[in-house]
Amino acid sequence: MSRGQYILRRLVQMIPVLIGVTIIIFALIRAIPGDPAVAMLGDRATNDAIERMRESMGLNEPLYVQYWYFVRDLAQLDLGTSTRYDVPVSEILFARLKVSLSVVLYTTVLTILISVPLGILAALKKDSIFDNIVRSALMVTLVMPSFWMGIMFIILFSVKLGVFPVSGYGQGFFGHLRHLFLPSLTVSLTIAPILIRALRNSILEVLDMDYVKTARAKGLTERTVMTIHVLRNALIPAVTLLGISIGGLMGGTVITEKVFSLPGAGALLIDSITARDYAMLQGATLIFASMVILVNLATDILYSFLDPRVRF
Amino acid sequence: MSAELSRAAALEGMSGAVRKPRSTWDRMRHNRNLMLGLTLFAALVLVALLGPVIGPYDPLALDFTNALQSPSREHLFGTDNLGRDIFSRVIHGARIDLRVGIISVISPFIIGLVLGAVSGFYGGWWDTIVMRLVDVVQAFPFLVLVIAIVAVRGPGLQNMYIAVALVAWVVYARLVRGEVLVEKNKEYVQAARAMGGSDWRIMRHHLLPNVITTSVVYAMADIALYILLAAALSFLGLGAKPPAPEWGVMITEGRQYITTAWWLSALPGLAIVLTGIILSLIGDGLADFLRPERR
Repeated sequence: MSRGQYILRRLVQMIPVLIGVTIIIFALIRAIPGDPAVAMLGDRATNDAIERMRESMGLNEPLYVQYWYFVRDLAQLDLGTSTRYDVPVSEILFARLKVSLSVVLYTTVLTILISVPLGILAALKKDSIFDNIVRSALMVTLVMPSFWMGIMFIILFSVKLGVFPVSGYGQGFFGHLRHLFLPSLTVSLTIAPILIRALRNSILEVLDMDYVKTARAKGLTERTVMTIHVLRNALIPAVTLLGISIGGLMGGTVITEKVFSLPGAGALLIDSITARDYAMLQGATLIFASMVILVNLATDILYSFLDPRVRF
Repeated sequence: MSAELSRAAALEGMSGAVRKPRSTWDRMRHNRNLMLGLTLFAALVLVALLGPVIGPYDPLALDFTNALQSPSREHLFGTDNLGRDIFSRVIHGARIDLRVGIISVISPFIIGLVLGAVSGFYGGWWDTIVMRLVDVVQAFPFLVLVIAIVAVRGPGLQNMYIAVALVAWVVYARLVRGEVLVEKNKEYVQAARAMGGSDWRIMRHHLLPNVITTSVVYAMADIALYILLAAALSFLGLGAKPPAPEWGVMITEGRQYITTAWWLSALPGLAIVLTGIILSLIGDGLADFLRPERR
């Protein structure tokens, strides 16, 4: 099978997942205890308004018809109307998504910048003081609640030292870069431990391989052995892991946006809960799921380029 | 594929190790992480149980004359904006948070174990359905799906347990299924079948003891994860409700005072970190203990 066919097959495999995801999102609203229309409008709504709401949501139709309407609207990127803002959900959501995506991207970059050097050094200096410090530090950051870490960063860097802003998104590229540093660092420190650990282990594993011994025996410099033979092979599992961690990263973004008061899609999701804006909740959940699906697909495709041995 | 092979190899080593004559206690005693973790965990549980006795103050008692005191001899961890003793609240919080962590892990563990085992054992259309379901659930960021479910069901720990049960089983199902697939073709299973063992009996008496260990290690680590989750939900207003001395609630309440009174948020957070470290020690120790050759 060629790479093209492989990618095509991965796309086809996505179809049942996408159907399942839409069913879950659809079911969410129907899982509201009592009447969803009442839940959306509040207890003081008149019977008339509730009936109109039921009508517009299609709640009076059989379930499969409701689902059909839901999917039909989705296909036209119609995520419904926000009851809070009274405009299409997609309009607000896509605008807010920019912030979340910036955080996700920034976090990914920071995570790589932190993990790759630390993972390599820890592996090369196995069982040294450095290795032990890195490993103990990882154990600690792994179990830190991210919102607590964020609050601690604010106390330390913003309140006490005044180096970074307490909250907000900032103006212009460098403004964003400065404002989003602490939020991204917070999320990144929750993922980096997993990545560093994996990288360290896979480097140690590769260092033990016969082909590395051969490379050394034939007189290659340590630098060449490391870059060509060890790192290339050791990075592959790390890339996959980074791809898998994206889901966790997006969850982390939701919380961090609340901690640092960022106007992102995650904060929007949380705010829509208190506002009982269920269409918005559905839309935001769907967007986050779509991003995970896309990243997973991208990881699989990237993997096929990185590792020529991969069997399609 | 290679992952499954190495897992098979690891399991082979493990079942061999289990049959070693060296006593279990002896091997456990020499596992530093495990012993340290278990000792500290026992201490933590003791603190949680004896909370009302050890805690110097009532965790809910208001004392406005002593509000926002920094840590001192009278108030080890200081007091909050309502004059409540933070040390007593943190100790009391151990009861809530440990219980939340342990309760949360039970349902996903059992659901995942059963679905995964049946999937791996019988295969066929049942397996296809379960695995597609796993794919679908994993398409969501874990936290986002949990938040969404709690959001529609209403805030509170009860609904967090439901959400976690609905979402987190997939991890265990995948693990158990993978291991059952490897194990079910081994000789001891075929021997059991040849002797006329029923499917149920083979699964319960032969497969389960051999495949459950990895999941148990995961579950230990997951207890910490669920304590973090409960705290995060409290922060978002979806978990435990104030004035309950749940650690996440305390961190959140202290957030308004970060410029003047850092201890309000900082110290309950440290309690979570400490609990997490203890659970990781046990998890790492267990992993080493159950598959010694991987060290």
